[in-house]
This record gives sequence, structure tokens and C-alpha cells, in this order.
Amino acid sequence: MASSVAPTRSRAKQRAGDRIFAGATRVAGVIILVALAGVAVFLTVEGFPAFGADSTALFGASSFVGFVWPLLFGTLLAAFLALLIATPLSLGVALVISHYAPRKLARPVGYAVDLLAAVPSVVYGLWGSAYFGTKLVPIYEWLEAHLGFLPFFKGPASATGRTILTAAIVLAIMAIPIITAITREVFLQTPKLHEEAALALGATRWEMIRMAVFPYARSGIVSAVMLGLGRALGETMAVAMVLSASGVITFNLISSTNPSTIAANIALQFPEATGLKVNALIASGLVLFVITFAVNFAARAIVARAEKAHQ
Amino acid sequence: MARAKTPSTHSASSDSLSEEQPVPAQSAPPETASRRTTPLPLSHPTLPRWAPWLVAGIAAAAAGLIALTLGWGLVPWAFLAVVLYAVALPVWSLLVENRRAATDRVVSTLVWVAFALALVPLVSLIETVLVNGLGVINGQFLTYSMRNIIGPGGGIYHAIMGTLLVTLAAAVISVPVGLLTAIYLVEYGGRGHLARTITFLVDVMTGIPSIVAGLFAYALFLLFFGPGVRMGFGGSIALSLLMIPIVVRSCEEMIKLVPDELREASYALGVPKWRTIVKVVLPTAMAGIITGVTLAIARVIGETAPLLIIAGSTDSLNLNLFGERMMTLPVFIYYSFTQPGVPPEYGIERAWGAALVLIAIVMALNLLARLLGRFFSPKTGR
Repeated sequence: MASSVAPTRSRAKQRAGDRIFAGATRVAGVIILVALAGVAVFLTVEGFPAFGADSTALFGASSFVGFVWPLLFGTLLAAFLALLIATPLSLGVALVISHYAPRKLARPVGYAVDLLAAVPSVVYGLWGSAYFGTKLVPIYEWLEAHLGFLPFFKGPASATGRTILTAAIVLAIMAIPIITAITREVFLQTPKLHEEAALALGATRWEMIRMAVFPYARSGIVSAVMLGLGRALGETMAVAMVLSASGVITFNLISSTNPSTIAANIALQFPEATGLKVNALIASGLVLFVITFAVNFAARAIVARAEKAHQ
Repeated sequence: MARAKTPSTHSASSDSLSEEQPVPAQSAPPETASRRTTPLPLSHPTLPRWAPWLVAGIAAAAAGLIALTLGWGLVPWAFLAVVLYAVALPVWSLLVENRRAATDRVVSTLVWVAFALALVPLVSLIETVLVNGLGVINGQFLTYSMRNIIGPGGGIYHAIMGTLLVTLAAAVISVPVGLLTAIYLVEYGGRGHLARTITFLVDVMTGIPSIVAGLFAYALFLLFFGPGVRMGFGGSIALSLLMIPIVVRSCEEMIKLVPDELREASYALGVPKWRTIVKVVLPTAMAGIITGVTLAIARVIGETAPLLIIAGSTDSLNLNLFGERMMTLPVFIYYSFTQPGVPPEYGIERAWGAALVLIAIVMALNLLARLLGRFFSPKTGR
């Protein structure tokens, strides 16, 4: 207070309220960092004992790598197939909403897609397992009969439809609203002048989209697909309910013996697990965390770089 | 259309001249050479506007005829009709219009087909849940728990209460942290190192798999309560880990939208910064913040995996967040379906009913978010 005699700077007086409030907001921000670090630390600490565990704790596998690798394979296979299906369909939906549909139709459809992104995954799992999977059985039988020479469709076709391909299709259906929501926004942000210039030069609508919209939206599409990938990698319940898993490594997509995924395996085993098995499951969760973190990190980095280039 | 054609023929002929390849140069131009003598057409033939509808009608009818004679179902008929349409319209366009217009029509067809393919399962999902769930829901289903129930009867009261309590606790944790962080990012952080790190990590955090959040909560509680811990509050911790990034993102966007003139006017009146934020910025952004928070709640209320791990499952009503297992709607759906009991049809029936209730809650929250947003939007004089 005495220093107010000789004010050196013309700064506003520091009030206690200001300091407390600014401190509180800063603490909240740091809490987030601590929480994220906590996820990594706690999973590492609790998962660490699993690396030296024997086969009873590792669900029959001889080493931790042997336990995680088949699950990782299933996770990547399911996510890859899901994106293979979801990406073109989402781009189609996004293009319909942004460029093809009349505005009267586009608005409600966009709203409906947003609502569908909120449908809980367990409901997708229920639907995929009880209804959708059974509908796919005749298609799988047809695939086995006519495309059975391909390793993917060697069969024998599952009688319940609870295959890795069904799981991937359900994952794709779940990813479509997410990818669509982002790509739609990016498509809508294409400068109107670019589009009109292309059309004025005589481009057809497709040429306009290829030459004006896609180049502008490329990084947005990539990051949307990566976010969808992150979602598909980490999705638990839909896979756990749809897939009848037996932990094998196979590219046979339509048989009743399927690889499991990390997340689904945790959900299925955790409620009954005790002792070191819990640590093994947590360690597999750590692997999943690292992979999804890397995927999201890459997606965000791509977006950030594109934004910087754009400015 | 004709204008676009001429430059390409120009470049083609000049290229072939420079590369001294007379054979392709002479075989390619004849058609264009004859065109060059005639004046450039100012218009070109196009298909009438109703051409796609006509082709669609004919394709549907032709496919219907084939489907009827061969006794096919609805799906093969639709498939055949789409294929016929996708072939016939571009071919017609190619004959009357030109190659580029035909390509455009192919792509348009593909885009609409992708759209339809994506919407079919989503519509089917809603329909299946409605058909299977509506018959189950009644007063008893909503007000009874599953205590001592074998076979028919019972309800989801315990699961509804568990879901509401766990989600409410998650919101109580996430909203202050998320809102304050958003305020820090917009009002205090600027483009500083900490603010940029937080923004980036919040973005990355939105992609944490829900099961990992559950494992984190379990590992955290393991330290305090020992192995095998199950409690509702752990679920709240896991859900808030998933919810905080959503809250931060939406609040940040909304606070950024508040015009700087409002802040400056407040400062000019001598109002301290924190009171400016509390009394001017937040009320202005309130509509968007409430909408964002409601949407975040809707997003996490259906999370299953973390609750499966840390909240566990039980047949009885438990209203204590800090002790014992707690049933929640998503976990109820999961167990009713995977372990329906004997005979199984009652359990599966209850799973569909609970799924319908869960979807209804989520949709209601989404609608509520829009309504609240409208209701709380600042009253401007204009």
C-alpha cells in the first residue's frame, strides 16, 4: 500500500478478487493437464506388473506381447474395415447435406445426423447383435458360396452373423455421424467465390466439387477420418456385444471364430477378473490409450498445420 | 462446354507437334478438325430436367418386373433398380450431352446412393428399438427395480436413478472445471504456452476411449479402497474425464463469440476484470454454455464401458454414490442382453425397453439443449 506513493506503472490496481479468479481459472486448466497425465501414470503403474506375469494371469498367453498382439490385430482390423466403409458413405452424406440436397431437406437431415451421433453405443450393440447381424447371414452365405476363393470370405459362414465384418459395419455406422459432422462443416466453409468461379468457367457440379471443394477441405477430411479412426479403435460396447470372439488371428471375415479387440476384451473380462488379470487388462488398456492418443495427436497436428498455412 | 473443349484440343495438337509424333496427332484431330471449320456452338444439347425422374421410374418398373417374375424380395429389387438407374442415366447423358456431364451424373448418383446407404441402418436402428421397446414400457417397468425378480416383471427404476446420480455427479465435477478452463483460455491465457498446451491436450482428450477412462478411475480408486472396488462415484470420475473436454470446447467457442466491445465498455466503467467476466461475459454467453453443457451430458449419459468397470451392476436400488455397486441404464441393457437369465425372452425384452428409455433421455436432452439455448439467449433491445 505504501508503494502507491510512487506509482511506476500506469497499470490497473491488482484486486484480490481478480487474483483469486484468475488463479481459479488457471488451476482448472492445470487440473486437466494433471488428469491427462494421471491417466498415463495410473495405467502404467497398475499395468506394469502384467509384463512379468505368467500365463494364468495373461488368459493363457505365454507373454504379454502374445496376449496383446491378437487383440491389437483385431482392433486394427475392425477399425480399418470400419473406416473403409464409413469414409465414402460419410463423404456422400456430407456432400448431400452441403451441396446436393435442397436447403429445405439439408437442414433437418443435418440435425438428424447430429442426433444419431448421440445414440449410445450400447444401443448400437444391442441392435447390431439382435437384429442387424441376423439380417446379414444370407449375405455371408452368398459371399462364402460365390467369393469363397478369397481368403476374406473363406467361411464357413457364421450362422449368427456375429462376425468381425458385422462388428466393423456397426462401427462404421457409428462413425458415419462423427465423420459427417466434421466434413460437412468443412465443405460448407469452402469460399463461395471459388465455387462460383468454377461453375462460371463451365464446370459441372462434380468438377466444381473436385476442383474447389476437395482441395480446400482436404485437411479437414483427413482429420475427420482420423477422429473416426480414434473412435472406432476405442469403441467398446458395440464390439463386445456384436462380436463372438475367440482371440484368433485371421483375415477370414465371415466365420464364427473371430479376433477380439482390446476394448471389447477388457469389457468382457474385467467384471470377472481378479489379481494379476486386472493388471494385464489395464496394461492392454494402456496400449489402446497410447494408440488412440497417437492417432488423435496426429489428427490434431494435421489440422493445426493446415490452419497455420491458411492464415 | 464448348469453350472448355477448345483449349484441350489446342494443347493436344501443340504437344504432339512439339514431340514430333505425327501418328497420334493425325488420328486424334480428325473429329476436332471438322469441328474447327464449323463455328463454335453457343449452346449444347442437355437432358431435360425431368430426365433423372423418368429414368428412375423406368428403372424401378423394369427391376420390379424382373423381381416379380423371379420372386425376389425388396432388397434385391432396390439393388437392381439402383444399378439400372446408375447405368441408364449416364449412358443417355453420354449419348445426348458429353462425357463430362455423364461423369457428373454418375457421381451424383453415387453420392445419393451413399447417402441412402448411410441412412438405412440409422433409420432401421430407431425403428427396431421403437418396435421392440414400446410394448415393454409401463408404470411397473419404470418404477420397480430388479430385486428378487426371476422371469417376467421387474423394472429399471434402480438403473434410471443410478444413471441420473452418476451423470449428475459427473456434471458437478466437469462443469466448473470445464467452464473455468474455458474462461482461462479465452480471457487470461492469450497465446501463452500453457494456454496452447491446454487447448491441444483438450482436443486430444476428446478422443480418449471411454474404456480407458474407466480403467483410469479404477486404477485411481484402487489406491484408496483396495482391489475390487466398485462405486458410483468412480463412474462419475470416469465420465467427467470424457465430459470435461466437450464442456471446455463448447464454452470456449461461446465465450469467444462475446464481442470485445462489451468487455471494453465494462472496463471503461471501472469494473474489475473478474466482475466483467462474471457479470457481462458469462451472461452474454449463457445460452450457448447451457446448450453445450446439456449436449455434453447427453453425450456421456449413454456411456457404458467405464460404468461397467467401476460402477458394476446390481439388482437393487442404491442411492449412495460412495458405496457399493450401482446399476446404470447402459450397463443394465448390456447385462439384460448378454445374461438374460432363464427364460431369456424376459431379459431381452427388458433390454429393449431400457434401450428405448435411454434413447428417449438422450433425445430429450438434445431437444432441451436447443430450447434452453433459445430461452436463455440474451435479450437484445433490437
